[in-house]
Amino acid sequence: MKVAATLTVNGVDYPVELDPHTTLLRAIREHVGLTGSKEGCDDSECGACMVLLDDEPVNSCSYLALQAEGRRITTVEGLAGGSGLSPLQQAFLEHGGVQCGFCTPGMLISATALLRRTPSPSEDDVRIALSGNLCRCTGYDGIVKAVLDVAGR
Amino acid sequence: MSRSLLVAASVEEALGELAGGARAVAGGTDLVVGARQGKAPLPERLVAVHRLAELATMEEADGVLRLGAGVTHARVAADLRVRARLAALADASTIVGSHATRAQGTIGGNVMNASPAADTVGPLICFGASLRLRSASASRTVPLEGFATGPGTTAAEPGELLEAVEIPLPGEGAGSAYLRLDYRRQMEIAVVGVAALVRLDGGRVADARVAITALAPTVRRVPDAEEILAGTTGGADTLEALGEAVAAASRPISDVRGSAAYRSAMAAVIARRAVQAALERAR
Repeated sequence: MKVAATLTVNGVDYPVELDPHTTLLRAIREHVGLTGSKEGCDDSECGACMVLLDDEPVNSCSYLALQAEGRRITTVEGLAGGSGLSPLQQAFLEHGGVQCGFCTPGMLISATALLRRTPSPSEDDVRIALSGNLCRCTGYDGIVKAVLDVAGR
Repeated sequence: MSRSLLVAASVEEALGELAGGARAVAGGTDLVVGARQGKAPLPERLVAVHRLAELATMEEADGVLRLGAGVTHARVAADLRVRARLAALADASTIVGSHATRAQGTIGGNVMNASPAADTVGPLICFGASLRLRSASASRTVPLEGFATGPGTTAAEPGELLEAVEIPLPGEGAGSAYLRLDYRRQMEIAVVGVAALVRLDGGRVADARVAITALAPTVRRVPDAEEILAGTTGGADTLEALGEAVAAASRPISDVRGSAAYRSAMAAVIARRAVQAALERAR
């Protein structure tokens, strides 16, 4: 049986009707219609589905959507401000932190959570924080440089 | 019956659902992942306990730290009492999963999931933790040691909710550590883990606890290793014998993360290092 709920994504309330087993990732992609968050492993290994829940990171493939009701959900679409890309997004482009782009939404969310937690991280802090996010293209260096660049400003 | 998920607003409401056959979910970091891996389908009837403030308390009284079952790993890892006096638990809570896991996953979930590789359970067993279990009709307190009966199974009765984990704070002269062999810096499951707690008196080990993780069907103590440590100063020969005792007590499986032979060999190494770290912290 479907359950009526409201998911608050990037500051907007979305009324949805969900099977209780629906994951947050599926709800965001298929019911809310925001497809920035990706399904990589669907196994909580790769972090491509990562979003923020009340400013804390969560692998949305492994979280039940109905548990997110009443909480603030932030996806990659919510990182950019009215004036354009966020500093992290811009830095990813400048440092070659994006190739195929599939891991990028999760990487940006993970890095956003890191900088909120640790505004001046060391390179090791960044590498550890992002090691829950797998990238098969960049070799990570561009991503790490981008995060350190923004942190150093 | 049809699928349902009730987001409980009170412990009583959660207990009512559990009595009706529901399964509790907090952070979902084991339950939902397990279902997606095909280990076990998601239960048809779920009760979400993540909003229960009563389960999210941390209180110290009479030398016991009481952690509500809904306290997240991130909160355990950041707590100054835990870091100062229950260092092995801080070690474990700091490395469970990733930041995302630790922000949502709870200490109660780690205990109730009963994984042989559960990081926090070895330290909690070493500290002599007890579990506060409650059902719609009764409450009871049981020792954590022996609570897991096999991989993924516990001695909890149907309808019981884990309310809190109660940890006696070790006295003067104690030191503890949890060490894990892993390949990745986040989202890792222990290949081998060892927790150790020692209490020194006049430079000698007055009490020792050693528990193994991912080396047997359940996280468990190694009495032979504890006896080897007792009364010694923890020198090189003692640690060598301790490592051998831990390896001998191990009954690991072979899987994608390591063969049984490799795990047994590494058990000795990780045990020596964990005990060495606990001794250094005690000094």
